[in-house]
Parts: sequence; structure tokens; C-alpha cells
Amino acid sequence: MNLAVRDIRHSLGRFVLTTIGVGMLLMIVMGMGGMYRGLVDDALVVARSVGAGLWIVQRDTRGPFAEVSRLPRNVVDRVAAVPGVTDAREFVFHTIQREHRGRPLRMGVLGLGWPTDKGEGLHLVAGRPLAQNHYEMIANATLGLALGERLRLGRDTYTVVGITSGMVSQGGDGLACFASRDAQAIQFDVPGESVRLERQARRARAGGIDFGRTQPSVLERASGPSRGIPALPGPAISAVIARLAPGVDADAVLRTFEGWSDVTVYTAAQQEDLLLKGSVDRARRQLLLFRVLLTFISALIMALIIYTLTLDKLHPIALLKLIGAPNRVIVGLIMQQALIMGVLAFGVGWLLGHWIFPIFPRRVLVTNGDMLSLAGIVLVISVLSSLLGIWKAMRVAPNEAIG
Amino acid sequence: MGMSGTLALETDGLTKVYGSGRTEVVAMRDASMSVRNGEIVALLGPSGAGKTTFLLCVGLINPPTRGRVVIGGTPAMDGPRPLVDLRRFRRENIGFVFQKSNLILFLNAVENVQVVSELIGRPPSVARRRAMELFDALGVAARALNMPTQLSGGEQQRVTIARALANQPSLILADEPTAALDSTHGRQVMELFRNVAHEHGTGVIVVTHDQRALDVFDTVYEMEDGVLKPATSVGIAAAVGQALTR
Repeated sequence: MNLAVRDIRHSLGRFVLTTIGVGMLLMIVMGMGGMYRGLVDDALVVARSVGAGLWIVQRDTRGPFAEVSRLPRNVVDRVAAVPGVTDAREFVFHTIQREHRGRPLRMGVLGLGWPTDKGEGLHLVAGRPLAQNHYEMIANATLGLALGERLRLGRDTYTVVGITSGMVSQGGDGLACFASRDAQAIQFDVPGESVRLERQARRARAGGIDFGRTQPSVLERASGPSRGIPALPGPAISAVIARLAPGVDADAVLRTFEGWSDVTVYTAAQQEDLLLKGSVDRARRQLLLFRVLLTFISALIMALIIYTLTLDKLHPIALLKLIGAPNRVIVGLIMQQALIMGVLAFGVGWLLGHWIFPIFPRRVLVTNGDMLSLAGIVLVISVLSSLLGIWKAMRVAPNEAIG
Repeated sequence: MGMSGTLALETDGLTKVYGSGRTEVVAMRDASMSVRNGEIVALLGPSGAGKTTFLLCVGLINPPTRGRVVIGGTPAMDGPRPLVDLRRFRRENIGFVFQKSNLILFLNAVENVQVVSELIGRPPSVARRRAMELFDALGVAARALNMPTQLSGGEQQRVTIARALANQPSLILADEPTAALDSTHGRQVMELFRNVAHEHGTGVIVVTHDQRALDVFDTVYEMEDGVLKPATSVGIAAAVGQALTR
């Protein structure tokens, strides 16, 4: 006869409510773990989605995710010429916020290396990859854009041709992928008035020196487009990403770059490591510590609940001792009840989380591995929390049943 | 009557002392009693006389300070030293019935009896069958699936008696089992104990204040100030005599 089940049956309402309460607590523990995992995963989405073998960044900087990195555009061509590198392109990523349908639309703009990368590797849930090198975009579902929807960014209008899922920036903004040139056009777009003012300022500066005053063509060139002025550098890029040919020894390629005094090169793994130890590190550790704390609190609460349930059973326990029940029957009664509560609460937590987590504004990524670990932790907590109750039960004398 | 020569209980010089030095209280002094199989014994005495102390020592719940307890021919206690696995011995050899019904509230009536049989290793189906047989015999079969709180006081005591009988113990100890019952039901319960003793060959000791039902007992002891002795008071003798002449 299973005494634990019968005791639960007897006070079913209280047990169910208690289990739901513990389940909600476990759901929060799961959620904390999911938020931690989501934060880490989100932080790596951009770095992983560009498919970089090597990251070439400004000398002695930690790359575009950690700090400002500036490289001249010609580094792209220099990197592409290194033996073992199959292709190199500028890394374009920035965040913009625009007004769309009367609401703020905040998105991470990621440049794809057209024509080698059209977005085939992205997790498309609808639509298709880019089919042309201009005016098309692939948007993450969280941006709320529909297939075929047109969006004006800068001077151009882009059509949504594909929808992805799970692609967000480390800040949690949905990613929109464009051909690199389009992404840069969005990044460096400035209003016409700003361009005119800048050209006038340039003309005024040129007119203030002898060379400008005596050479009308210089004044004319100074007030023209900036790309037509050889003395002005092109817009800097933050990093160059390089793909390596299959079978190429990455260390050998890295040794080639060691001779370049203007860049620092990281492998993809190093860049991810820098990313996690950099911008998201504090948030990550905060969530981790909070999760550990919550786990302890859950254990404590479960222990108190099991202890209280045991206190309610002291008379039956004394009676069981009186009629000769061995300790294993009493231990079984308490521990089975704790385990049943733990398992059911875990299920309740999982179900509630399954329902609630998707409506969180940021991704709550509950992995199977994390669920298994938490299930193990809950089992251990259940066993440990029953120890307090068992300790109390063992101290009950059989003659207390007579009292 | 199912009495035989074997003793269901034999105590020799049972003494129980609480505290020590100036706070020492002797709750029971040199209590010796023999109960044959099938014999029903009444234990009378005022409150605080040491009756329950005697019962707890004999029931292997509260060890005596001195003296021996032999149950069903097996030495169980020698002073405070147990000679057997006490819980195992209790569940196999002793049945308890108390003033309050003392049923496990989260088990229904039949489960309260079944659990005792399962504790000695009987399969659940056998244990349940045994419980239902006892319920039939005690007239509570119709209430088998009721929870204890749904039973009357008399029904609860019958279930408790069924539980005490479930493992066919050699000794049943009852501590004021009729205290919560009216006189009619009280007498029924006492007669039930007599039948149990005589039909099952079980030794039964009943602590009681109720002198109206003394005629059901084979032997009457009384206890006063911790001293156990055969009944001698006028009232008791008259009651017993009346019973014997019936």
C-alpha cells in the first residue's frame, strides 16, 4: 500500500495548490536559466550567422562587439589576397531605430556578403534568401514585418523577401539582413541637408587657404561629393571577416597576419569568447547568480513545505511506529511525497513555462540539457528537503499516538 | 473458551522510574502478571495509578527500568534492554486499542486494517481479504470504504479492534477502549474483546474504569500507586462475583 499516495489523496486540494506554487517557483528557475541561455545565444547569433573563419580588426582592439574598431576598406582586398583565404568582406552590423506604422521599429542591420552569402544559411521560416544585390531584406519574425512588406530606410525602399526566427542582436533587437552594400548605405545615410552643409563647410575651408583661392577647380572639387576628393579617406569599416579554404590550417594563416602591424586577428572561437567575456559578461553572471540563488530558495521552500507536511502527519507517524511499521515505511512516506511533489511541480513549471516564456520580450531559451539538469536538481532538492521531515519523523515516539 | 496453558504475557518485577535523585518518581513498582492465551484481563485503578505505564512497558513502547517482559513465550525486554527487534515484534505479536480510536485519518477503514497486515509481508490482496473477514465478523463490513471521520465512535473502535486482530497477535492491549462510548456500545465492545480472546486464543488486557462490564473478564487486576495486585476491593469483588454467578 502506498501511504504517500493515500495521504495526498486525502488532502488533495492542499497538495495540488502547494505543488502548483512550487511549480511556479521552478518555472521561474527555468526561466532564469532560459534567460541566461537566451542572452548567451543571442549574443552569439550575429557573430555566428556571418560564418566568419577569421575576424580581422583594428590593431590591439577586441573587435566590433567589444569596442570601436576602425579599418580602412582596403584591408578587405589585402585579406582576400592571403593564401588560404577564400573570400573576405567587410563586416557590417549596426542598430537602427525607425518609425514604422506609427510605432518605433528597432532592428539590428546585418550585411550579407553578396554574392557568396545570400542568406541561405539563415533559419528561414518563410520566404526565400536574397535574389538580388539591392533593395531586398530578410527580417526576423520579432520585427513584425510581413513577407512582401516594403520598408523605407534611408533613401531606398526595401522589400521583405524572407522571415527568420531566433535571429536577434545581443541587445535583443530583431535582425534584418541586407546585402552588404545596402547595409552600408543604411549605415552611412545622412540627410541631404547635412550633405549640403558639409559641402559648404568644406568649400569655406578650402576658400580660406591660398590654394583654394587661386585654384577654382579645387573649390569646385571641395564642394562636390566626398568620394571625389582623393585626400579624404573612404568610410572606415569596423572589421573584415574572412573565410578559409577547406582543410587550411587556421594557425598557418594566423601566422601570416602576425606580420601585419595594423590589424589583430581572431579566430571565430576567440571572437565568441571575447564577446561572452565582454559586453554580456555582467548580465550573464548576474542571471547565473540569480538562478543559483533561486535554486537555493526553491530548495529551502520545498524543505519547509515537506517539513510542514510532515508535522501534519506526526500523529499518523507515531501510530505507524506504534503498530510496528519499520522506519523505511515512514521514510518512504515522506520521501515519496517529496519526490511526487518535486516531479509534479517540475511538470507544472515546464507546462507554465512552455506557455508563458514565448510572450517574454527577450528570448527564453530552455534547452533539453538544461531541463535535464534542472530535473536532476529538483530530484536532489526533493530528497534533501525530505531529510528535514524525516529527521523530525524519526524523533517522534510511538507513545505520542496515544497522547 | 480457547484458553490454553501457554502464556500470552508474563511480566516479572516490572518497575518504571522517571527522573533520578530528588526528582525521581516511581510510576510502577514490581508489577508481575501472567496472562494465558485466550484469557481476558481487566486492569482497574484510579488515574495516575500507573496503568498506562504498565501497558506501555508491556507493549514494548516505553521500556521498564527493571523487570522482564515475556510475550508468547519469547523474552522481549530485560529491564530497559530490548531482547528483540521491538517494532518487528510489536507488529507481529501485539495489537493495540486505545481510548481514542487512533485510526490513520488518510486511510479508509479497510486500509487502516490492511496496512498492518502488509507490514508483516502479506500481499495486498491477502491483507485486504483478511481485513474484510474481520470487518464481517465485527459487523462493520458495510463501512469498509468509509474514512475514519465518517464512522461513529463505536464503528471506529471496531475498526481499531479489527486492526489489532489483523496479524493474529498473541496479546492485545486496550487502554480504556470504551471511554468514548455510551454504556450500551461500551458493553458491546467489552464483549467483543471477550469473544476475541476466547475465539482467537489471544491474551487481552483491558485497562478500564467501567466496572459495569467487569463480568466479561476472566481476571481482574487493580493498580494503585504503581503497585499491581489482583482485585480485592469490595466493589470489584462483587462485580466479579456477580459475573461468575451468571
